[in-house]
Amino acid sequence: MSMLDRIVGSRRASAEANGHLPVEAGLITDATQLASGRPTPWQTVQTARNIARPHALDIISRVFERFQELHGDRAFRDDPAIVGGVAELAGRPVIVVGQQKGSSTEENIERNFGMPYPEGYRKAMRLYRLAQKFHVPLVTLVDTPGAYPGPEAEERGQAEAIASSIQLMTRLAVPVVVVVLGEGGSGGALALGVGDVVLALENATYSVISPEGCAAILWRSASEAERAAVAMKLAGPDLLETGVADALIREPAGGAHTDHDATAAAIKTALVAQLDRLSRVPVADLLSLRYERFRAFGTFLEPNDGTAPAPPQPWWRRILRNPLDKGGL
Amino acid sequence: MRLRNPFGRKTKEFPSHLWTQCPTCGEMLFNKQLDRNHGVCQNCGHHFKLGALERIDLLADPKSFNEMDADMVSSDPLGFVDSKPYPERIAAAQAKSGHRDAVLTGDAQISGIPVVLAVMDFEFMGGSMGSVVGEKLTRAAERALSERKPLVIVSASGGARMQEGTIALMQLAKTVAAVARLDEAAVPFISVLTDPTTGGVLASFASLGDIVLAEPGALIGFSGARVTSETIGEKLPKGFQRSEFLLEHGFVDQVVPRAQLKERIAFFLNAFRVASQDLRWSL
Repeated sequence: MSMLDRIVGSRRASAEANGHLPVEAGLITDATQLASGRPTPWQTVQTARNIARPHALDIISRVFERFQELHGDRAFRDDPAIVGGVAELAGRPVIVVGQQKGSSTEENIERNFGMPYPEGYRKAMRLYRLAQKFHVPLVTLVDTPGAYPGPEAEERGQAEAIASSIQLMTRLAVPVVVVVLGEGGSGGALALGVGDVVLALENATYSVISPEGCAAILWRSASEAERAAVAMKLAGPDLLETGVADALIREPAGGAHTDHDATAAAIKTALVAQLDRLSRVPVADLLSLRYERFRAFGTFLEPNDGTAPAPPQPWWRRILRNPLDKGGL
Repeated sequence: MRLRNPFGRKTKEFPSHLWTQCPTCGEMLFNKQLDRNHGVCQNCGHHFKLGALERIDLLADPKSFNEMDADMVSSDPLGFVDSKPYPERIAAAQAKSGHRDAVLTGDAQISGIPVVLAVMDFEFMGGSMGSVVGEKLTRAAERALSERKPLVIVSASGGARMQEGTIALMQLAKTVAAVARLDEAAVPFISVLTDPTTGGVLASFASLGDIVLAEPGALIGFSGARVTSETIGEKLPKGFQRSEFLLEHGFVDQVVPRAQLKERIAFFLNAFRVASQDLRWSL
């Protein structure tokens, strides 16, 4: 049994014990349920980035009723790469926040290709606090290549904004469901990605860095991105295996971009079921289960029960000691 | 006039095991003196990177550091291979740095105040945060919480460890969740940013200290220059993402020279000690 199997096994077991695995039909909770002839990781990356794929507002308008968008972080400006507001899901109020990509080049320029600035994350945090204040569940939609890495973003504290957003989500006292729609790009995605349940569309990806970025650093060339995509294990089945996603939402044959309505319907079914379940869990339990969910990530070995192994002996000591051990000298 | 043997080996004027050149002012620094000065150039005040053990010597009271989880080592969750398999990279880093992973954690005293101290070492795979770093820091924060001792983390890291993929990314949430509990319980957390602190480490616990201190001239930023230039095709200006830049923009509380770091941390710990002790009695 490999290390990964054991880790995955333990994650599975605890998730089931917590009642955390979504059991609703239609969700894929096991990689074996996926159709054979899966696209390669690199093809999945391309599908996740497909410009015709449904983006946050496409999903919001189909899944929620009466969505009213709220703007601005109350400090600097309104970031068009993050959208959010109040809406109703099956008749009950929710707060929804998502990263917004464009479906054309012009719109993408306006939306900064879905790469939020710090003020975007601060707007998201404002909405999270609103959800908590009025006891309204939160739904986040993740779809970003990453947080914007430009000089202005650095000046306004991109790292701090992401860190604070993650921190707020870990302690947010309402049910939180995360849906990864397309690209889950690193910390910029995680800033919207800490929830009680994390779902992903079948062809979504979630990675620590873009395959191009990984290739640029480890292979020193962005053209090795395809190899990096394979090594990084960023596609659907891998996310299930590592527990990064609790379940995958089935896409129409041919991918989400071929049928926005069907994709949205599948997302809606999943969201209603999850929020129904989560809204019955006491908030204190919700928070401790959320802590445990993220606490459990990591594989490591502790060969010596926490104490430091003896330092290696210098060579002359090893030579000298051996005859002594045998009672020599 | 001295005659030179034309066939003899020319002795270098400044052999590298004895001398180090300061990258800022170009002064040749005698290594022993540099060590005594905790890696600070006496001429211009340039702060060299400090290893974890030297950092602990600098901050903790003599012999007060008691390491926890000293044996924890990384496994290879993804079977990751770039130009070298990940386990080989770990073995090489262990041999080079003498540590088992990129952070040392343990109980310590700073000017007599008991703390939980975590110190990252850039020598080990760029101080990158994978499962081991995440787990050790989380345990350190949990210990700080259960014993109501302040947590001091000295960061030196390039970010998340790519070789552990999305699991490394999840360490951001894991460590942040742990320090968020300290925040709620009003247990002080002091974050010290040293050269360099970038990427996923800055975008998680390192930015969230009650007090955030930085060493002079340290590289501190969200995205590395190489990633940025590959992603957006722009070159970044020089002197950008340094401690003083972050101070100016309001993301660190103070830039503290290394020589004053210990007393400054002790000052803040003392100021906040009242709060944590009050809470301890009420438990």
